[in-house]
Amino acid sequence: MFLDLSEEQSLIRETAREFAVAELEPVAAAVDRGEQQETFFENLRKLADLGFMGLNVKDEFGGAEAGVVAFSVAITELSRACASTAVTVSVNNMVCEVIQAVGSEEQKRNYIPKICSGEYLAGAFALTESGAGSDPAAMSTSAVADGDSYVLNGSKVFITSAPYAGVFVVWAVTDSSAPKGKGISCFLVESGTLGCRVGRAEEKMGQHASATTEVLFEDCRVPASAMLGCPNEGYRVAVGELAGGRIGIGSLALGIGQAAIEAAARYSLERKQFGQQISDFQAIQWKIADAATDLEAARLLLMNAAYRKEQGRSFAKEASMAKLFATEAANRGCYEAMQIFGGYGYTSEFPVERYCRDVRITTIYEGTSEIQRMIIAREVLRNLA
Amino acid sequence: MYFQLTEEQSLVRETVRSFAEKELAPSAAERDELERFDRDLMFDKLAELGLAGIVFPEEYGGAGADYISYAIAVEELSRVCASTGVTLSAHLSLGANPVWLFGSEEQKKTFLVPMAEGTKLGAFGLTEPTAGSDAGGTKTFAVRDGDEWVLNGSKIFITNGGDAEIYIVFARTDKDAQKHHGISAFIVEKGTPGFNFGKKEQKMGIRSSPTCELVFENCRIPAGNLLGKEGEGFKIAMKTLDGGRIGIAAQALGIAQGAYEQSLSYALDRKQFNQPIAGFQAVQFILADMALRIEASRLLVYQSAWRASAGLAYGKESAMAKLSASETAMWVTTKAVQVHGGYGYTREFPVERMMRDAKITEIYEGTSEVQRVVIGAAVARG
Repeated sequence: MFLDLSEEQSLIRETAREFAVAELEPVAAAVDRGEQQETFFENLRKLADLGFMGLNVKDEFGGAEAGVVAFSVAITELSRACASTAVTVSVNNMVCEVIQAVGSEEQKRNYIPKICSGEYLAGAFALTESGAGSDPAAMSTSAVADGDSYVLNGSKVFITSAPYAGVFVVWAVTDSSAPKGKGISCFLVESGTLGCRVGRAEEKMGQHASATTEVLFEDCRVPASAMLGCPNEGYRVAVGELAGGRIGIGSLALGIGQAAIEAAARYSLERKQFGQQISDFQAIQWKIADAATDLEAARLLLMNAAYRKEQGRSFAKEASMAKLFATEAANRGCYEAMQIFGGYGYTSEFPVERYCRDVRITTIYEGTSEIQRMIIAREVLRNLA
Repeated sequence: MYFQLTEEQSLVRETVRSFAEKELAPSAAERDELERFDRDLMFDKLAELGLAGIVFPEEYGGAGADYISYAIAVEELSRVCASTGVTLSAHLSLGANPVWLFGSEEQKKTFLVPMAEGTKLGAFGLTEPTAGSDAGGTKTFAVRDGDEWVLNGSKIFITNGGDAEIYIVFARTDKDAQKHHGISAFIVEKGTPGFNFGKKEQKMGIRSSPTCELVFENCRIPAGNLLGKEGEGFKIAMKTLDGGRIGIAAQALGIAQGAYEQSLSYALDRKQFNQPIAGFQAVQFILADMALRIEASRLLVYQSAWRASAGLAYGKESAMAKLSASETAMWVTTKAVQVHGGYGYTREFPVERMMRDAKITEIYEGTSEVQRVVIGAAVARG
């Protein structure tokens, strides 16, 4: 075992931290209020310039080729300042990675560099539907072959970055007679394609700067070459890529949790009640101790999952463990941080109020906590049975 | 970042697991029932495997391995018998390690080598009836008289007490000094006149590990048995406990792992409503949470062990590891009894013993409450 970061990983973390402090933190509250959207976009472009949109992507496609551990620590640093930016970066990385993993040479050369360079502000994953959340195989969006093209019909919901995505990774049923999950294929649909349009925007509790909208397909015709990976193997692709995405979301939650508890620890040293700093009260010390312990365990679980993915070993169970633990630990940490801030924590005067709203989604998206537990249980029982 | 075990660490796991399953497991329930410490099985055999001084250099009788190997050894022993796990942890981390850290060359030759080789069993006497979490409240005192120190007082809850040959004992040497100043550490051998054993505790768990009172009545020990400098005792105790937490965290981890594995196989075996209970999500989620909490604790334990061997500060990390692993052990064993239902409440299945054994890990070598104080202070300092 060797549990330090390498020099390159440390450098990436430092770069992410410096950028987060200098560029993201000053505008995080404003972009949360729906202001300064242009700055939010500008920061995405700057992050692309720094190589953060393809951290685990090969150099030949414009990626940084820095690995999964580097990806994890970078997302954590960004989310300490602005979770909306971090989730956009995480999803962009995952879009690049799925194209790199199963795309044709032409698809790789065409799309990955555009996301890595910032030419596309974002890529988007269009998997979830109104009737297919935790059970994505229940999707009803269809893609019907018609000569040299496919015609897509249906709608997707909760799609991150949709309004400014250059390309969508879209899952649709191509064989409706196949058993559940066996007839789904994956397509790359460019924004602006006729019949593809961005629908209603969700009004969310947090992560406001990151857009979440419907995406509608109405007789949307794409060339057969737009298919990503093999026909009817889309579900397997989705499941595989979600495991990688979980490392991203766990890392994001960790960053929010760390930011919250560090802010609370600082506040506890300044705030005086009953004639002393509230940090002198054990009731306060314990909240900080529990959160710090939880987040440290979460960090190690994330590093372990990232390390395994980087080594090409199985990592689905470890990624689920890391996502489940980190997101739940971060939620607890944020709420305890708000408690330490007392009434002030409930106001937007301190960022902990935003942290609490931003962190709540992390136990829900990219696989709810309940789904993570199902995956973990399946893995541990399979190894025994 | 590199998360794999080395060949040596993997070999330690295989060796100790095989020993534990073949030799310890068959008698664990009976030893618990009879409160029987089987020294040959629970210590001498460990010494034959090179575990008694696994982390110390070979020239001092050790095996020259790292702290992760040590943690793995305690974990694997505790997976089937927590009493054996704590025997090794108390011997190595509390008895032998302070001599390694603070002893003179002569003290190392005289006391560390036989402990590391496993010919002598070690123990640690800090706790007193009125000095538990507040070790600064030590009342046992030592007075210098010529070439000797004269000890008076008593120590309670001493693991390996009565059976160990070498004791690290803390006593006040400066009555005027405040609290944790004025305490010194001494090496006291079994058989020294004036050193006797008092009450043996009857405990809820780890019943096969002896816990005994030490009584000092005008006990004279040579001046050369002062460990470290006069007045350094509190520092020695705290440094020793930093390392001890790795051992207890590993013990808790092993208990949790054992109870988790029992639950997994029971859940696959036990049928209700026409299917194995592992088919129910309510049970699956318990198993998933067990696996998760154990994995998180394991990483914290190995991280603190790794830091200890790498020469990095590890006080905060070992407190986190101990807090997380002990609370995980309590949670997992309680849930393990639940998964076993009524059978889990009986001695027919080992989870009943495991739950009793787990409880002490939240208490000894620094309660969960003390760990939180240690962690809270470290985090606030930044």
